[in-house]
Amino acid sequence: MTAPPTTQLRKTALNSTHRRLGAKMVNFGGWDMPIEYTGIISEHMATRTAAGLFDVSHMGEIEVRGTEALALVQSVTSNNAAKLGDGHAQYSGLLNDRGGFVDDLLVHRISETHYLLCVNAGTQDGDFEYIRARNRFAGAEMENAGARYSQLALQGPKALAILAPLTKTPLDALRYYQFEFGEVCGVECLIARTGYTGEDGFELYFSPEHSEKLWDALLDAGRPAGLLPCGLGARNTLRLEAGMRLYGHELDETTTVWEADLGWICKLDKGEFVGRKALVEQKARGVARILVGFEMSERQIARDACGVSIAGAPVGRVTSGSPAPFLKKNIGMAYVPVAARAAGAQIEIDIRGNRAPARIVPLPFYKRAPSQ
Amino acid sequence: MATYPTDYRYTREHEWVSSKGDLATVGITDYAQHELGDVVYVGLPEVGTAMKAGQILGSVESVKTMSDIYAPVSGTVVEINSELTAAPEKVNQDPHGAAWMVRIKLSDAAEPAKLLDAAAYQAFIAEKDSAA
Repeated sequence: MTAPPTTQLRKTALNSTHRRLGAKMVNFGGWDMPIEYTGIISEHMATRTAAGLFDVSHMGEIEVRGTEALALVQSVTSNNAAKLGDGHAQYSGLLNDRGGFVDDLLVHRISETHYLLCVNAGTQDGDFEYIRARNRFAGAEMENAGARYSQLALQGPKALAILAPLTKTPLDALRYYQFEFGEVCGVECLIARTGYTGEDGFELYFSPEHSEKLWDALLDAGRPAGLLPCGLGARNTLRLEAGMRLYGHELDETTTVWEADLGWICKLDKGEFVGRKALVEQKARGVARILVGFEMSERQIARDACGVSIAGAPVGRVTSGSPAPFLKKNIGMAYVPVAARAAGAQIEIDIRGNRAPARIVPLPFYKRAPSQ
Repeated sequence: MATYPTDYRYTREHEWVSSKGDLATVGITDYAQHELGDVVYVGLPEVGTAMKAGQILGSVESVKTMSDIYAPVSGTVVEINSELTAAPEKVNQDPHGAAWMVRIKLSDAAEPAKLLDAAAYQAFIAEKDSAA
């Protein structure tokens, strides 16, 4: 299959900025996105020790409004959105009727009649149609709002110190997974204390015409503290180290919430939702396979889709595999038979015809130091 | 802007050769290291290995990918750069100098001259980039 010319790829409002900064660009799910600027390792390390700035405007936003907005959100997601107060968000799953993932997402409650769903870039249109087809609620209206938002992620131990002087919003009062509407450099933003790196940080949602202004202002404010622009390469190594799942890798239509070891986002007692029946049955039966993390025992690097064996018997494939720049190890995730899931258990990864030894380790691989 | 030494020779697989008499030094080019991204491992043959031009000489792994290195010339490996074990990032920092990979005693001292010169190699990669 020949790659589409760059002209046919979707672009964020910061496309020319990334090119001006010398980013290496890649086709990511139909989007022309920066994979790295100064290098994946330097960007990864900057985010763990200072801060990183990510253009994640390719992500999708779906708005649900109306008197039955909560009812619609509850009916198609796995976590309990009724527990959210205004200005709170939760990680959740958009499930099919087998309990597998159509997508993973963040559900933000703006008000009792207004929810913002942040969904993955490649699945946003499919997700919108999926929910719309299941919207039996006269009091719930939906908008596929991706085009109305740009999104930046500022992540790292210095993120708060960098952002605080640029906004009147009291950031230290914003707890993890809380959000507020405010202004950053005079630009109206939804400021959320969320992220996909395992570090403290913020995700800013705002109208696209302000993209360059905000990007430049954040970089200028943060560079003295070590802030670097970061691409999708570092975004992937950071989330992998933090044990975070990636749709299309750890999560897909065939992987259930239990198998993905995401039971904490599945609230069977919240009421009826798509996939609930299948999940109740699977919980009673028990899962056959489970997602685990592993660490390579020698110098070889496991890559996505490498075969996984246990005592010589093939059991599946690596869902994500890569060097871990901060931990200085080679790590990965894979589904293994549930009987084999013990931490420390030996497995083998098939790397170009050779069986490389690895061992199962608990997730996450990396956890940031608790904030004061 | 990368400098491609004019006294080196190059291959379309992005290796460079610097030779004097029957001793050749081989590495990968700046274009190759830029394509690879941050290098985390370099796999090299053992000293004494016989090489034929076009054969796989070794491998380079980066954070995102791995790539085979092909022998640009035929001969015997007489030295390998052991500094690359502890410091693979040298491939990104100084691909044409400190990150030389192997030294080969050439079977045919005239072989390197048949490879691309710096101008031809730069034209080759410029064409690749514009086609991208």
